[in-house]
Amino acid sequence: MEILLLLVLLPPLIGAGLNGIFGRRFSQAMVSAIGCGSAGLSMVSALASAWAFSHHERVFDHPYFTWIQAGDFVAKYALYYDRLTLVMTVTVTVVAFLIHLYSRGYMEHEGGYYRFFAQLNLFLFMMLTLVTAGNYPLMFVGWEGVGLCSYLLIGFYFPKKSASDAGKKAFVVTRVGDVGFTLAVALIFWTFGTVNFSEVFSRVDALEIGSHQTVLTAIGLLLFLGAVGKSAQLPLYVWLPDAMEGPTPVSALIHAATMVTAGVYLVARSNVIYAHAPQALEVVAIVGCLTAFYAATLALVQNDLKRMLAYSTISQLGYMFLGCGAGVFAAGIFHLMTHACFKALLFLCAGSVMHALAGELDMRKMGGLRHKMPTTYWTFLIATLAISGVPFLAGFFSKDEILAGAYEGPTGQPWLYWLGTITAGLTALYMFRALYLTFHGESRLTPELEHHAHESASKMTVPLTILAFFSVVAGYVSWPKAWGGTEQFDKYLAPVFGRSEQVLTLEAAHRPEGLSPGALLTFSIVAAGLGILIAFWFYLKSTHIPARLAERLSGLYRVMVRKYYVDEFYDWLIVHPLRDGSDKFLWRVMDAGAIDDAGVNGMARAAEGVGSILRRIQSGNVRSYAAWVLLGAVIWLAYLMFGH
Amino acid sequence: MVPLSHYIALSAILFVIGAAGFIFRRNIITVFMCIELMLNAVNLAFMAFSRFRGNLDGQLFVFFVIVVAAAEAAVGLALIISLYRSRDTLAIDELDSMKL
Amino acid sequence: MVPVFYIFAALTIIAALSVILQRTPVYSALSLIVVLCSLAVLYVSLGAKFLAVIQVIVYAGAIMVLFVLVIMLLNAGRERHTEGSRLARWLGVPLLAAFLVEILSVIWNGLSSGAVAPPAPDAGPAAVGALLFRHYVLPFEVTSILILVAILGAVVLAKKQL
Repeated sequence: MEILLLLVLLPPLIGAGLNGIFGRRFSQAMVSAIGCGSAGLSMVSALASAWAFSHHERVFDHPYFTWIQAGDFVAKYALYYDRLTLVMTVTVTVVAFLIHLYSRGYMEHEGGYYRFFAQLNLFLFMMLTLVTAGNYPLMFVGWEGVGLCSYLLIGFYFPKKSASDAGKKAFVVTRVGDVGFTLAVALIFWTFGTVNFSEVFSRVDALEIGSHQTVLTAIGLLLFLGAVGKSAQLPLYVWLPDAMEGPTPVSALIHAATMVTAGVYLVARSNVIYAHAPQALEVVAIVGCLTAFYAATLALVQNDLKRMLAYSTISQLGYMFLGCGAGVFAAGIFHLMTHACFKALLFLCAGSVMHALAGELDMRKMGGLRHKMPTTYWTFLIATLAISGVPFLAGFFSKDEILAGAYEGPTGQPWLYWLGTITAGLTALYMFRALYLTFHGESRLTPELEHHAHESASKMTVPLTILAFFSVVAGYVSWPKAWGGTEQFDKYLAPVFGRSEQVLTLEAAHRPEGLSPGALLTFSIVAAGLGILIAFWFYLKSTHIPARLAERLSGLYRVMVRKYYVDEFYDWLIVHPLRDGSDKFLWRVMDAGAIDDAGVNGMARAAEGVGSILRRIQSGNVRSYAAWVLLGAVIWLAYLMFGH
Repeated sequence: MVPLSHYIALSAILFVIGAAGFIFRRNIITVFMCIELMLNAVNLAFMAFSRFRGNLDGQLFVFFVIVVAAAEAAVGLALIISLYRSRDTLAIDELDSMKL
Repeated sequence: MVPVFYIFAALTIIAALSVILQRTPVYSALSLIVVLCSLAVLYVSLGAKFLAVIQVIVYAGAIMVLFVLVIMLLNAGRERHTEGSRLARWLGVPLLAAFLVEILSVIWNGLSSGAVAPPAPDAGPAAVGALLFRHYVLPFEVTSILILVAILGAVVLAKKQL
């Protein structure tokens, strides 16, 4: 078991090291062999450890060596493996491996091939560290590590200013969230005297229900703040759309399937804490739901294919938080798993389209591509159906569980369900809009691109197909209760979440019976169907309608296209004051003025001044010298005689 | 017997007179002479102490002071001569090219 | 013997004041000779016969003659009044007064007036010579080198052309 886990973690690290240090001398084949090989080895080991784990232990919690020791604070390098870890590692490594394969083809003609694979491998290692960590500080190492790799990879085309700016923005904004994480860890240590998962959780569990409410709620909210930054929820989501400057495989892996889900994992892992702090959970649910709706509205008016997918990711992450926040953690993780499949697939398809159209991303300039790129089209279609929550595809099962939980879960509330359902409709709407604009209808391509457009190489389409397959079947691990299912996934993760869900149910106020699960399910299917219909009508049948609507509601439309002016607001609130303050005050006044001028130059001037005064003693005049000597003699005599 | 303190007082007065001349006179040669005056004041003090201690060591010191004064006078005057030749002045205040 | 001291002390002081107050350098030099000679008398009153004579011969006889010679060579005339050092002008008198006061206060506090002096040692040439050539022979030899250097220096410095 141990060896298998090490085999999961180490290959990406070694691959990153090899490619990073020696990659410049390797051929492209060698680089990709190392990169994909290590990812593949990691995946195989992850599957193997999953299989090994299922045969015996409940939890694998092993510390190895002491990493930090400062007074009472001890943090070891410890690995923690339970069913949640299993789900995460399998998801991460499978998706990562497929994306590595895809990148072989996608990045073939880009520069920096070895750098890309080195950073991608490093990212994989960091992400795996994050999910296998046995204590909060080690998890934070992975947390920061994925942030670093995200910055590096977003700014992969760093000669382009917008790319390096986007990298910086991502890092800085997530930093704000990281403050929450760090404070939370500090609070945890202060309250419980340890930061080790098993110890903390057992101590929290031993508490009376309702005791330590303030501290636990604070911890929960602060941890969530970290998640808000990392997983791009309101109000710290602004970095994710800009992060699309990175290469498309990066967007697929980091900003769809894995890194952004770290926040969800954090909340899910800390479910024991949240079980004793239901108000924090409510906040999580509300923020998640609002973000889901908000981002969906923004996705509606995006014309850039990748940006639309970015907002879609934010929206779907909101769903995951809604699930966890409503007390049905398993549903949130379920959606994480399915979303990884279809969102990665969507991004890879976008990459495929970009490749075919020489980098064009504006959907208004596409159209009719389904004939030119059939494989891409079909896989994109499957992913779109999945994300829209069409029955029998993966997204349907997971989204439905979340919505059901929102309605009847321990910390869920009905209005969350309704807003979530409307958002589901919007999701279907914008996804099918994208589908129709890109692949259907009349071609709006420029003449050169008409000739250029072609299906991508099999290096790229094979991963697409595999992911499409998963997008269909991944949902079948859990059949909805309303249709007679037994919620196997829930039960599977019961060792992780079960007790917390119990506790929450005890704490929850009793609510009168509302709609039945079957009704809930029906509504969500109806919403999805409505979305698809409207998209069909607007973008396929009567394509003039969107433009007319935009004219009639021009004010609203403009606000939405400008992303509700949030970026401008942040600019005004934070960026400009900071920059002006730094420029006018910190630089001019403090650095150039106080330190340089008064300090360094000032000392020089003082020395000069003193010197120019003192040099008058050297007047060349013998008489004055004599007077000085006499003065000295008088003083000295006086000291000798009277000084003792 | 004249007390020691009187001799020392005289020595002090002579010394101060010499110092005053050194500070206030303008002509180099006069200044030089005031230096000699100061030296003699010190000689007197040595002599008096030697007498009142009962040995001759002080007198020997005076001996050496006289010798050194002679040597110094020789060299100093030679310097003054050469200075006069180049600057054509004997005023101390005009010999200030060593100023910063 | 006692009045001798006071007479010649007064003479010394007057002559010294004359040295510093005369306008013409020659008169200052002559006054300095008076100072030296009256100091020689005081040395005699202290019992240092040999050194008194040395003082007259060497100091007053040789050194002062040298001075007068140079004064005449350079034709140093009356002094003109010039700008001097401001520091010296303002601080000079106070400093000198302070100096004098300090020394006198040492005497006042330190030296006893009525101590009995030990008997005067024999300070004739033989005694001085014995001390000089026995205990102080090294300084003696060094001084001779000093005189040699002084001669060379004086010759070199006073040349018209090096």
